[in-house]
Amino acid sequence: MLMTISLLMENKPGALMRVTGLLSQRGYNIESLTVARTLDPTLSRMTIMVDVDSKLRGQVIKQMNKLINVLQANDLTESPAVVRELVLLRVRSTMEHRTAILKEAEIFGARVVDSSVEGFALEVTGESERLEEFVSVMESYGEIDVTRSGAVAVSLEQKKLRLSPPVSKTGGVVEPVSAPAR
Amino acid sequence: MSNLMSGARILLECLTRENVDVIFGYPGGVTLPLYDAMYDHAIRHVLVRHEENAAFAASGYARASGRVGVCCATSGPGATNLTTGLVDAMMDSIPVVAITGQVSSKLIGSDAFQEADTFGIMRPATKHNFLVKDVKDLAQTVHEAFYIASTGRPGPVLVDITKDVLQAMAHYTPVNEIHLPGYKVVMDGHAGQIRRAAQMIWEAERPFVYAGGGIIHAGAHDELRELVESVDCPAVCTLMGLGGLPGSHPNFVSMPGMHGSYAANMGMTECDLIIALGVRFDDRVTGRLSGFAPHAKVIHVDIDPAEIGKNRAADLPIVGDVKRVISKLTKLLKELEPELAAQNAAARKGWWQKVHGWQAEHPILPSFSPDEIKPQHLMYEINRISDGKAIVCSDVGQHQMWAAQFIRFDQPRHWINSGGLGSMGFGMPSAIGAQMANPEKLVFAIAGDGGFQMSLPELATLVNYDLPVKMIVMNNGYLGMVRQWQELFYNNRLSGVELTTFPNCELLAAAYGMKGRIVRTPEELPDALRDAVNSPGPYLLDVRVTSFENVYPMVPAGSAVNEMVLAPPQPVAVASK
Repeated sequence: MLMTISLLMENKPGALMRVTGLLSQRGYNIESLTVARTLDPTLSRMTIMVDVDSKLRGQVIKQMNKLINVLQANDLTESPAVVRELVLLRVRSTMEHRTAILKEAEIFGARVVDSSVEGFALEVTGESERLEEFVSVMESYGEIDVTRSGAVAVSLEQKKLRLSPPVSKTGGVVEPVSAPAR
Repeated sequence: MSNLMSGARILLECLTRENVDVIFGYPGGVTLPLYDAMYDHAIRHVLVRHEENAAFAASGYARASGRVGVCCATSGPGATNLTTGLVDAMMDSIPVVAITGQVSSKLIGSDAFQEADTFGIMRPATKHNFLVKDVKDLAQTVHEAFYIASTGRPGPVLVDITKDVLQAMAHYTPVNEIHLPGYKVVMDGHAGQIRRAAQMIWEAERPFVYAGGGIIHAGAHDELRELVESVDCPAVCTLMGLGGLPGSHPNFVSMPGMHGSYAANMGMTECDLIIALGVRFDDRVTGRLSGFAPHAKVIHVDIDPAEIGKNRAADLPIVGDVKRVISKLTKLLKELEPELAAQNAAARKGWWQKVHGWQAEHPILPSFSPDEIKPQHLMYEINRISDGKAIVCSDVGQHQMWAAQFIRFDQPRHWINSGGLGSMGFGMPSAIGAQMANPEKLVFAIAGDGGFQMSLPELATLVNYDLPVKMIVMNNGYLGMVRQWQELFYNNRLSGVELTTFPNCELLAAAYGMKGRIVRTPEELPDALRDAVNSPGPYLLDVRVTSFENVYPMVPAGSAVNEMVLAPPQPVAVASK
């Protein structure tokens, strides 16, 4: 089944490679992956959709948490979360279908981002299944080109971020750190 | 305090602060600045003859001492040659820091001479790895590497340093703080869980301790002994955990698993509670998972949360340092003893009788022959000399299993072998590291005639540094373990396993300037071993043993551990081609 993972990680060289490498090393297939900086530019938020046997979901999260650059790994598959994806789609069509296409776009909440005699470029966000419907509807009007962003997710639960405090070279904790949730 | 020095010098200062006394390495173009700085530095450099062996030696040093082992190689082939040794350390959770040189930061990505993507290659080979491209980051990174390697579940960490960083001049300020916010290590186990564990243990009728390498890494051997004695239950130590409980301890059964004893595997199968301490339910221990310990509840203590429930579900998981957890657990067991211990005392007595019965029924006994040296006989003689005290560094194969079966280890860090990765060629270089860490101790390296030849050039290192390692080759003329599987599972069609050419070890030893002897008969074996041990300096002993001996008991791949084969069904002839 598809598992939704949300990672908060240090924005360091190679951090992305560690995550993708870990997944392929343990035989999990990545369905989609998005990554971008957070408000704090030293951190990145990554959303990964991965095909994993549901019994192994806990194991995947544990392995992710072992990566030194990962500050927090959450399994959003069954927890309250909003998951969205963006589709950019170009449809070529004849003049007679233009009105119908715009009508359908409106139904799906899509925006026209380019219009020409050949057709339209449309932008739509939503849940993955809804986007698939949109794509198949558009396909019925003519030749299409589709680019999907992959899913991004935000958890609706407040998850406490536990960070390790600094340690002194001689051993022992330097100072307690209360971590702000990001 | 701050003063101007080269990156190479800063690196050595950091290593000194980490109490590094020896580096196993091999120089090259981009590490020239480092080797120049080492020229007049107190840290000792041991020049091995191949980088892979530098990693093995660092691992042997770490395994024998509990300290971080350090190895060093140049860019490109030097770095890639470390790979096997680092993966080996990864699989066995050994703290090793590898320093590699990298081409200058301006040349990275240009396919420069001796450039390899060390950072990318080593990602899955290490617990963590770094690439340092700015001398300002060097000191911090080196200390982070040691911290990651030696804490939590230990493992190898690689620091790749560009040549310009080694050459750059910078003000060195000692690093006093390490901050890795995403690196979480839980040391103290959950108090409530530990209390529940104590209750479960007293409530069990047939408890069984399954202790592994984690005991050795955590230095929890005394705690393990106290636990086992308080509960008075049978205990097994895995291949990685041998010496965790003294081999002479009355509660110690043996090693479990593929070549474990009948009693150990029957105990696992019939117990009602497994107390799993610093283990990972490896397939070589469990056999077919669905048939493993079918009646048992599992208490699983490990510092790595990802190990718990990975292969076998734990009824009671405890994440924490096994030393701290066991010591708390034992304390609670003693507190609860007056109230709970009596309830199943009779059942436990019966359980012991059962285990003793299995031990008596099918003990692992060495076999002897009047006119040939049996491999088990060799291990029996090494055991007699060692008497639980020598460090034994083993290579991989049949000899490894016989050594684990017949050589007794009464202390931790005395049995050193490549358990998880099973890397042939590990024996001699790891003995170099173990002997460097313990100059006064008797160190045996045991290898087959296959694995010995994989790290043969290190004989030069033994002589070079006058390391009195006793290198014992168990020579049966075959890659014995593969031959055994071909005999048992591939109709004895022996394919690619015969080692028809083997150097004359007396001449070979002489060529390297060390002593050596070939032993052919059972009568000369005890004397030959005694001579080797009593002779100062390194010694190469080529012991010719019977060729077609198989390691038993054996759990065939895909079988449950109680379905073990105890002895050969019938003599099998060699297929003629």
